[in-house]
Amino acid sequence: MADLSVSLCGIPLDNPVIPASGTFGYGYEFAELYDINILGTFSFKGTTREPRFGNPTPRIADCTAGLINAVGLQNPGVDKVIEEELPKLKQVFHKKVMANVSGFSVEDYVLACRKLDKCDQVGWLEVNVSCPNVHGGGMSFGTCPEAAAEVTRAVKAVCHKPVIIKLTPNVTDIVSIAKACAEAGADGLSLINTMLGMRIDLNTRRPVVANTMGGFSGPAIFPVALRMVYQVSQAVDIPVIGVGGVASAENVIEMLLAGATAVEVGAANLVNPFACRDIVQALPAAMEKYNINALKEIIGGCKHG
Amino acid sequence: MKQGIFEIRENRPLNSQVMRLHLRGDTGAITRPGQFVNIRIDGCFLRRPLSVCDWDKDSLTVVYRVVGRGTEQLSRMESGSLDLLTGLGNGFDLAPAGEKPLLIGGGLGFTPLYALAKQLIAEGKRPQVLLGFATAAQVVYEEEFKALGCAVTLCTEDGSRGLKGFVTQTMAGLDYSYFYTCGPEAMFKAVNDCTVTSGQFSFEQRMGCGFGACMGCSCETLYGVKRICKEGPVLRKEEIKWQT
Repeated sequence: MADLSVSLCGIPLDNPVIPASGTFGYGYEFAELYDINILGTFSFKGTTREPRFGNPTPRIADCTAGLINAVGLQNPGVDKVIEEELPKLKQVFHKKVMANVSGFSVEDYVLACRKLDKCDQVGWLEVNVSCPNVHGGGMSFGTCPEAAAEVTRAVKAVCHKPVIIKLTPNVTDIVSIAKACAEAGADGLSLINTMLGMRIDLNTRRPVVANTMGGFSGPAIFPVALRMVYQVSQAVDIPVIGVGGVASAENVIEMLLAGATAVEVGAANLVNPFACRDIVQALPAAMEKYNINALKEIIGGCKHG
Repeated sequence: MKQGIFEIRENRPLNSQVMRLHLRGDTGAITRPGQFVNIRIDGCFLRRPLSVCDWDKDSLTVVYRVVGRGTEQLSRMESGSLDLLTGLGNGFDLAPAGEKPLLIGGGLGFTPLYALAKQLIAEGKRPQVLLGFATAAQVVYEEEFKALGCAVTLCTEDGSRGLKGFVTQTMAGLDYSYFYTCGPEAMFKAVNDCTVTSGQFSFEQRMGCGFGACMGCSCETLYGVKRICKEGPVLRKEEIKWQT
């Protein structure tokens, strides 16, 4: 019998399949479609200290093998998430959930993470450092090793649960940022967030999304994500979650071979609401095809030479 | 919401830009006029959301304009099958219609109003239909609405068919108990400004998923943030926060 289990920062997962933040809401809506307890876990919608409406519409642009989104972290704020969303989730999901947190200052991250760390339902904190730092000239925390490390240290100081830093690919050297986060005490890393992209409407000659630019995701970015997971997992000793364009059981296996301990699935959920269920169900046959008895045995198993 | 495979029965042009697609499959998830389907199209990553124009227990019709890569690709499909998500969105609420509701369609905005008119008639109401198009060449579905037994008023912006001008210029002279409308947002504002009667507006927005997961189509209302694909596309006049 195929063994799909892995361990993420000391917490066992039945399988490594995790719907990515921003593509799965707070989970309970997908529970109307299938039993979401078959997932390893899922990462809930990026949550901030205060409620946010996000960016103006249009926020979405279709692309070849992917999409651009400029949702802008719409969420009801950490207090409402704890008071309203998590109780609804509790009715339908019996595993630990990954709490995805965003902020625009170190204090924002600390405040939101501290509150979510106290919730029983939360297993991990996934800290999205791709947002602009309002006190740092608007540059994203995740593009500077020192800023990423500062957020990591500050969050770690107030949290008991594993802290996973979600890295942006829009940098020159993701390995240096990954190392800075690991040295600052991160328990894990997830990569990659979306790649900055843009589309122009030929009829209006204006950008398709109102925000001009947005985050590109989908199958097109899988090779980039895989490459970064490969580089980073060799450079740090903490678990890496592979994110970016994963759409099949074969993609999951490939990410694990590159060094990922678990895998997040994002854009695929938006096209096929059953994508994660389908991937979990397809894994045993794919493992048999590639002579894999236990997924945990192939992590970082890419051969060289 | 349901995911299902639908067989193409007919996909034919109504004029140079507009196509009618008739599909056979399980329509069990569709509960109200004004809901939409989200169609997977070969060569496109995201599905394309299209309003349901009409449906019965094992088939549905959508009417769409060929505007981009997705609809162009769809327009070339003569047979075969399509992967659809059905039963998306809230749809129109028929309860407040009154005896003589007015259905106002701007351009292809008439599509969800067709199934609505059918249901209103089945409930014994007497819907009046006001259709606005840019020119005579773009007029479609006038006969279909008449065949349902609706009183149809037609206007074109250039006066090449029916009354000359916008639908709102005609609305003033009509007597109605409630209104339902679908069309461009500029028309929505004009409709809102020219009536004191209550009604419902069916909005359009670029969508990611179409089923509430991505927050790609959110809008602010007087009663909080709503997703056009989930809490919409139909919003009540009383909840709309008009952009200034």
